[in-house]
Amino acid sequence: MLPPPFDYVAPRSLDEVLDLLAEHGDEAKVLAGGQSLIPVLKLRMGAPAWLVDINRVGGLGELAEDGGWLRVGALVRHRDAERSALLRERHPTMAAAAPQVSDPLVRNLGTVCGSLAHADPAGDWGAVMLAVGGELVTRSREGSRTIAARDFFDGPFTTTMRPDELLVEARVPPRPRTGGAYLKLERKVGDFATAAVAVRVTMEDGRIGDAGIGLTAVGPNNLEATEAEAVLAGAEPSDELFREAAELAARAASPSADTRGSAEYKRNVVRVFTERGLRQSAAMAGGI
Amino acid sequence: MEVTVTVNGAAHQLDVEPRLLLVHLLRERLRLTGTHVGCDTTSCGVCTVLLDGVPIKSCTYLAVQADGRSVETVEGLLEGGQPSPIQAAFKQEHGLQCGFCTPAMMLAAKALLADNPDPTEDEVRWALSGNLCRCTGYVNIVRAVRAAASAMRDPEEASAPATEPSAEREPEGSGEPRRGAPVGQEVSA
Repeated sequence: MLPPPFDYVAPRSLDEVLDLLAEHGDEAKVLAGGQSLIPVLKLRMGAPAWLVDINRVGGLGELAEDGGWLRVGALVRHRDAERSALLRERHPTMAAAAPQVSDPLVRNLGTVCGSLAHADPAGDWGAVMLAVGGELVTRSREGSRTIAARDFFDGPFTTTMRPDELLVEARVPPRPRTGGAYLKLERKVGDFATAAVAVRVTMEDGRIGDAGIGLTAVGPNNLEATEAEAVLAGAEPSDELFREAAELAARAASPSADTRGSAEYKRNVVRVFTERGLRQSAAMAGGI
Repeated sequence: MEVTVTVNGAAHQLDVEPRLLLVHLLRERLRLTGTHVGCDTTSCGVCTVLLDGVPIKSCTYLAVQADGRSVETVEGLLEGGQPSPIQAAFKQEHGLQCGFCTPAMMLAAKALLADNPDPTEDEVRWALSGNLCRCTGYVNIVRAVRAAASAMRDPEEASAPATEPSAEREPEGSGEPRRGAPVGQEVSA
C-alpha cells in the first residue's frame, strides 16, 4: 500500500517547522516517528498535502530533568523511555508503560510526543500523562502554550492543539515518595490495548497525598478517573479503599464492545487493574 | 526527490517520490528482495531492516527519511562471502521453516546481539517480540539466536557440534523425541 501523494519537507530548524505549520495549517502533518502517521496515510485515513519531517531539527530529543521537572522532547522515542534510568528511578508509571508500548520495532522509531499528539483513545502515553499530572508544551509562531494533560484530549484522535502548533515537549512534575504501575491487557505483543490502566500513588505522612488514574481504550479518548482519585486523596491506604477506588474507575470507563471484548468485560478489566495497580503503587511508595 | 542512501555499505543516489516506502526502494529500485512484505500494516515485522544499526519496519518508513542514513538488509549479512554466525546458527538450529520471516528474524537478532552478546532466552523472546513467524517456529528461532550468541562470543566452540543447545532441546518432563527435529543433524552428545 502506498500513501497518497504529498509534498515532503525536512527542515533543520524549529522556526522553519513553525513557519510551515503556520502557512499550511491542517493541510500539513508533522512526521516524527511515523509509526501512527504512516499507517494512517497507507490506510487512506488521512491525506495531508504536506509532511513536515522534524527528525532533522536539533534539540528536540531531550529526556532530562530541568528544575526537577521531567522534560520529554518531541523526538524522544519509546525506546529511549524504555531504556531510561531516570524514568526507572523517579517516574515509575512511565517506566512501567514504556516497554508495553506496541512492539520493539515500533518503539525504536515511534515517539512519546507523537503518540500523545496522535491521541488514539487506545494510546498508552495519554493515560500515563493523565495519571502523572503531566503537561504538554506547544510552540507556534504565536508563542508557547502549556496544556495540562486533562485539557489536552478532546475526543478520538483529537486534541486541543491548533493546526499551527507543534507539540515540543511533555513535562512531568517531580514527586518524591511515589509509586506507579501500568497494567495493560493485549491479545498479543504489539496489539492495541483491550484495556489498560495507568496508576500513580504519592504518599505523604503515611497517607496517600494524591493519586492519579488514567484509562486506555475504554472511551472516546484516554480518560482520567477523577472520582476514584478524589476518594484516594488524603486517605489511609487499605484494601477496602483500593476496592472502592477501583469501582469508581470502572464506572468512569465508557468502553465499547469490539473484537477485543464486550463493554462489560473491559469495564471489569479496568476494575481489576486499578485495584491491582493501586496496591502495587502504594507498596512501591512505601505506603503499605 | 534526490536521496543518498547507503545500503549494505554501498551508497546509492536515487530520485524518489516522497511517498515511496523504504521497503519498496529496497525491493523494486535496488532489487534486494530479501526484505519481504508481509502484513503491510506495521504488525508483522517481516520487513525489518537495520537503520543505522537499529531494527525498524521498512514498510512504515519513507525512503526520503533515509536520506544520508545507512540501511542493512539480509543481503548484507554475509561475511567475506560466507554465512555470518547468525546465518550459520539459523541453519544449524533449523531456525526457519518456510523462510518468510527469516531475514527479519536474523536482522533483529543481529541488533540484539550487538547490544547484548549473551542474552537469556527471555531477552531473546523480548527482542524478537515484534517479529511474527507464521509457521510458529519460535522455539528453534530462539535457540538459533542463542547459538549464534554463543558462537560469536567463542568462535572456537562454534565449529564444534552444538552440544549445549541440543541439551536444552527436550521439553521438561517429556521423554518423547521432539517432532519435526531435523533428521541427522546435531545428535545430542
